[in-house]
Amino acid sequence: MSAELEESMRAVVAVIGKDTVGILAKVSGICAEYGANVMDVTQTIMQDLFAMTMLIEISKISIDYIDLAEKLKNAGKEMGLQVHVMHEDIFNSMHKI
Amino acid sequence: MLNTGDILETIKMIQEENLDIRTITMGISLLDCIDSDIDAACGKIYEKMMRRAENLVKTGEDIEKQYGIPIINKRISVTPIAMVSAATKQSPVKFAKTLQRVAEGTGVNYVGGYSALVHKGFSAGDRELIESIPEALAETTNVCSSVNIGSTKAGINMDAVAMMGRTIMNAAEATKDDHCFGAAKIVVFCNAPEDNPFMAGAFHGVGEYDTEINVGVSGPGVVRAALEKHPDANISEIADVIKKTAFKITRMGQLVGTEASKRLGVPFGIVDLSLAPTPAVGDSVAHILEEIGLESCGTHGTTACLAMLNDAVKKGGVMASSHVGGLSGAFIPVSEDAGMIDAAVCGSLSLDKLEAMTAVCSVGLDMIVIPGDTPVDTISAIIADEAAIGMVNSKTTAVRVIPAIGMKEGEMLEFGGLFGSGPVMSVNKYSSSKFISRGGRIPAPLQSLKN
Repeated sequence: MSAELEESMRAVVAVIGKDTVGILAKVSGICAEYGANVMDVTQTIMQDLFAMTMLIEISKISIDYIDLAEKLKNAGKEMGLQVHVMHEDIFNSMHKI
Repeated sequence: MLNTGDILETIKMIQEENLDIRTITMGISLLDCIDSDIDAACGKIYEKMMRRAENLVKTGEDIEKQYGIPIINKRISVTPIAMVSAATKQSPVKFAKTLQRVAEGTGVNYVGGYSALVHKGFSAGDRELIESIPEALAETTNVCSSVNIGSTKAGINMDAVAMMGRTIMNAAEATKDDHCFGAAKIVVFCNAPEDNPFMAGAFHGVGEYDTEINVGVSGPGVVRAALEKHPDANISEIADVIKKTAFKITRMGQLVGTEASKRLGVPFGIVDLSLAPTPAVGDSVAHILEEIGLESCGTHGTTACLAMLNDAVKKGGVMASSHVGGLSGAFIPVSEDAGMIDAAVCGSLSLDKLEAMTAVCSVGLDMIVIPGDTPVDTISAIIADEAAIGMVNSKTTAVRVIPAIGMKEGEMLEFGGLFGSGPVMSVNKYSSSKFISRGGRIPAPLQSLKN
């Protein structure tokens, strides 16, 4: 059980909102500041809505996961974006058998 | 890498379609707290429950933050109090007050299990507990009560049915200044499940673990939104869409349940894969039925749509969880479902149609407001009818009706919050008193020759 836990210490950061300059820089900047390695990024523009999803490694971060999530959400708010930070497991369990 | 579409779908379900974990309920056995001295028993109960549930609310909140899924309620269910109070030979109200102190001490929003199981007959402590229910519920705010009066194996205890009609009326009268809310905290069951995480009917059965975690999921809004994307699908395709959606919802419940059980060091019991509505717009089971193609819930075709919905939810959910239990199915509480409220107000949904609907869905007549001058024998007869449906069909049925003291048909009783509001619905004016006054037992039904 514990090995499984260590393997899955990754979180999904989803950013949704109106496209503006510097979204990726801002979000990845915060991740870098607290030692969260960005493992993958995809982004799409749906109509004029910007949607970016980022997979980050959270096992070696320097602050509490919940605090990091809070910081990312607040940064999103400042830019008028919705930021959701959720543990990877929820997507794996809901969308994979 | 995860699929962006899947990620956005999950976020949309939570943000816009009211997907949530309705409850994490910790079941705690009180059998080792029995004592002939009522104060000693209450002391042991308080100590054990506080110790076991100390971190329940905090753990729920932590999981909520980590996974980003709202977990609405954290609750506790306990061994039916009648079993614990029997040895004291005193009024069990003190136990209700102890459960109330635990609710306040742990921060859970309800403690269920002020209960008695009398499906065949009364044993020591059962009558005293039933008689004390109105007082216990009037003097506490977060304690729920349930009584099992029938089962497929035992038949229906008509003496208990008669008592429960009176008990419900007394509970409403004792809380008439508080929207008759006492009656909303009593459920009368036939075939009560022992691992149900949902209130007001949760209690911790004697065949369960000493302490366990049960999870109830929700998600009528998600099902309705999924159906909205298939306006021209036939019913086979609709059933498939519901199954797929129920699978996803239940997987989330399974994840949260296993995580909570791991963090709390308590075995994981079951996921109750129910569609539990709330009065919030977009979180209604009635709206799912209307999305399928009924002008208003309660019209002809409602029972058929509900039967399909209930079955598809179970089929989709069963594979998503290692252990499914509780009530599992679609709930149809009137006051807690915006679509049901509208249908009852416009006259499309009657008590008689609701009774028919309960034959094919989970639970039964739930959160239905009836006139305050309804004779107690009529309430008992409503219970008997509902229990008969459960008994014959080998399923759980329940009655939670609220006599609105001083109110007449057509007026609205407002509860507020998750309990919503309900129009006072009409009941049949003809008497059932002679039938109820006979007492005795309805024998258990035949299990073969099914027609």
